[in-house]
Amino acid sequence: MANESYETHEHDVLVIGAGGAGLRAAIEAAAQGVSVGLVCKSLLGKAHTVMAEGGIAAAMGNVWPEDNWQVHFRDTMRGGRMVNNWRMAQLHAQEAPERVLELERWGALFDRTKDGLISQRDFGGHRYARLAHVGDRTGLEMIRTLQYHGIHQGIDVYMECKVERLMKDGDRISGAFGYWRDTGKFVLFKAKAVVLATGGIGKAWKITSNSWEYTGDGQSLALWAGADLIDMEFVQFHPTHMVWPPSVAGLLVTEGVRGDGGTLKNKDGERFMFNYIPEYYKGETADNIEEAERWYTDKKNNRRTPDLLPRDMVARAIRAEVKAGRGSPHGGVFLDICTRRPADYIRKRLPSMYHQFKELADVDITKEPMEVGPAQHYVMGGVRVDADSTAATVPGLCAAGEAAGGMHGSNRLGGNSLSDLLVFGRRAGLYAALYAKNVGGRLSVDAGQVEAVARETLEPFDRPAGENPYAIQAELQETMQNLVGIIRTEAELKEALKKIEALKARAKNVGAGGGRTYNPGWHTALDVRSLLTVAECCAMAALERTESRGGHTRDDHPYSDDTWGTVNVVLSERGGGISLRREPLPKMPDELNALVQEKA
Amino acid sequence: MPTYTMRVFRGDPGGGEFKDYRVETGEGMVVLDVIHRIQATQAPDLACRWNCKAGKCGSCSAEVNGQPRLMCMTRMNLFADGETVSVAPIRTFPIIRDLVADVSYNFEKAKQVPPLRLRPPDPDGKYRMMQEDVDRPQEFHKCIECFLCQDVCHVIRDHEDKKRAFAGPRFFIKIAGLDMHPLDTRDRSAFIKDQAGVGLCNITKCCTEVCPEHIHITDNGIIPLKERMADGFDPIVWLLRKFRGKSTSRIGRDRTSR
Ligand code: SF4
Ligand code: SF4
Ligand code: FES
Repeated sequence: MANESYETHEHDVLVIGAGGAGLRAAIEAAAQGVSVGLVCKSLLGKAHTVMAEGGIAAAMGNVWPEDNWQVHFRDTMRGGRMVNNWRMAQLHAQEAPERVLELERWGALFDRTKDGLISQRDFGGHRYARLAHVGDRTGLEMIRTLQYHGIHQGIDVYMECKVERLMKDGDRISGAFGYWRDTGKFVLFKAKAVVLATGGIGKAWKITSNSWEYTGDGQSLALWAGADLIDMEFVQFHPTHMVWPPSVAGLLVTEGVRGDGGTLKNKDGERFMFNYIPEYYKGETADNIEEAERWYTDKKNNRRTPDLLPRDMVARAIRAEVKAGRGSPHGGVFLDICTRRPADYIRKRLPSMYHQFKELADVDITKEPMEVGPAQHYVMGGVRVDADSTAATVPGLCAAGEAAGGMHGSNRLGGNSLSDLLVFGRRAGLYAALYAKNVGGRLSVDAGQVEAVARETLEPFDRPAGENPYAIQAELQETMQNLVGIIRTEAELKEALKKIEALKARAKNVGAGGGRTYNPGWHTALDVRSLLTVAECCAMAALERTESRGGHTRDDHPYSDDTWGTVNVVLSERGGGISLRREPLPKMPDELNALVQEKA
Repeated sequence: MPTYTMRVFRGDPGGGEFKDYRVETGEGMVVLDVIHRIQATQAPDLACRWNCKAGKCGSCSAEVNGQPRLMCMTRMNLFADGETVSVAPIRTFPIIRDLVADVSYNFEKAKQVPPLRLRPPDPDGKYRMMQEDVDRPQEFHKCIECFLCQDVCHVIRDHEDKKRAFAGPRFFIKIAGLDMHPLDTRDRSAFIKDQAGVGLCNITKCCTEVCPEHIHITDNGIIPLKERMADGFDPIVWLLRKFRGKSTSRIGRDRTSR
């Protein structure tokens, strides 16, 4: 490397990640008149946002005039079991409707109500039908809209580029260094502000709905640059994914199936969700089939079906049914929409689901039930940010979307992700641009820092016969799947940490053969480091939190504990190791607290 | 479990060859799973693109036994046990390495399409669109940008000279989608004719045949654009369509038997 030249680009704001949050951030920063670079790990428009199905949660009141931001805020806080950053939840609920309308003005074509407004669908944990959607491909509509709006805003887009490390000038961010995936050549970005919008960490698990890109890049980059992470123990196992055939296990089955009338049944045909209604949700959930059935046609006078409880509860219920021997033949449960809805309705509302079961599993969902089970889907935790500005704890660094933590507390409601991307993507772009405008002088990037990262990046080639990166990744996935899954125990978490430690040692010897052009073996060797980092953070935080809450369930501490309801687990890297501490949650103002306590 | 010989193209702009890999498959596996298995066990540096493994991102386009397809939606049980299955990159675009092609042509074309020009909202500040008016453009919004249609279009494939002034089927439906957008007010006539080159298309329908989203590219997208050229872009027809919904003009006529 010493004499290898590398290209350099300079921007006021560099956005890393080009899903919903990254694109929205880049568009906003460009609107502020600063120079913006947008780095995509894949081609533009392929980011994980395309896979989002159900919709964007926003209290627009098109279907239910009663809906407003206060109710959305309440639902979000309750869904997150009150450990959300209240200010993020408030901003999110207040700003989501405008963000959706803005997408419409940029060309998005949502499904319509009879009056020609944006239609909204029911989803788990939301009191009113509130998800703006396009069939079951809302994420695709969102990313295409942002992409085609974005390409006319003067943003420089760097495709198939992977950032390996953030650069710092003293305390503050001064850029990022990485490589082109197609040529393997290095690239340096000098930037006054960096927005991390890299998504989640799902590739640390074996059964996940996440794509290869979800290797915890943003969380690791932030941690290595000295920023804090929070809530890393809170991992969402979304309840419904395909379980068969094995090659598609983990493929998402949208909550929209249940929102549009699908119900969960065990092998005896029993609607088991009625046996799993927690105290907390009794007031707003039907406790008998008759009322739940009436709810589908008369939502005003009946409580909603327990099939639409928040995701963590449904996932645990499914797991319990399967464990008790009441599961479907391939280890899931049945999700049935064909008895309630006619074939035409299903094909119109859920075209991708129809298609994916038909093509990949030979199942016609208009005629027979689906077999579904939980899989890793989302991480609530992430980079610790200031609610209003999305600023991380390192100057010049912002984070938005799944890469950031706090907004969703211990459990995210369906539909709150796409709205989160838009609301905080925009805020990240705005504040990164304002920050960049205030940074005086020129930033310098230390050649020594660059040199060190470059050397490390090429190391795998020195060991062509080194450890197989795919094998390390697979073993980590196995470990997280078995030991840091839906239900956790102290012994298993300790075991997981031991295994991660051993894998870290092996990862130091990871090797890559072949050359630098488009070499997935080498890319995987590099991704393994960030995956191990986020896996360790998750297991450490999960061991620390001795209670059960949302996306963190401890078999040895099965109940929520009020003292844990007031703290975040905060992680940071000091002197090479990851350290952990508890910090009090920001205190919610009384008037918001009153909203949350309000009964349904 | 069935075992196949996978004949996979390995190479770069300098040249290359097909190499055989023997792979045992599991239940329900798709071609992309097999490629991943080869990466994990036999050829870690085998290059391919993918993201969703669910037919939603359009990254994994390739030619399987010569057919342009998404690798993640091509089940192995299409082939007989023991059969040799070839996998090559889409051939119309320059190769980067192995199964990865340089599709930047498409991203350049994307930028040239004149974007939405929004009409003013209703007096109450809202935009209203009826479902029947958005059904048609929504069909085009299903596009996952796999560029398989661009791959099979002979204008792009065989006519280096013409492809510069030709947008290709993916962007014809992009343009058609904007033109049928109830809120759009932009006149793209000159663009459609001159830069997008819709006249070069001779309706072979190859694009429609390979579209994994089953979008009626030719019938619902290209033919209405061609008719507009034949109409000489009658401004009255155009205005009527924009402001009264599509049923008043020939352009929006539904030509499919869905
Ligand atoms: S119908 Fe037209 S656009 Fe489609 S492949 Fe044929 S020539 Fe190309
Ligand atoms: S129109 Fe169909 S074939 Fe063409 S890029 Fe879109 S999805 Fe692919
Ligand atoms: S991997 Fe996304 S379409 Fe095949």
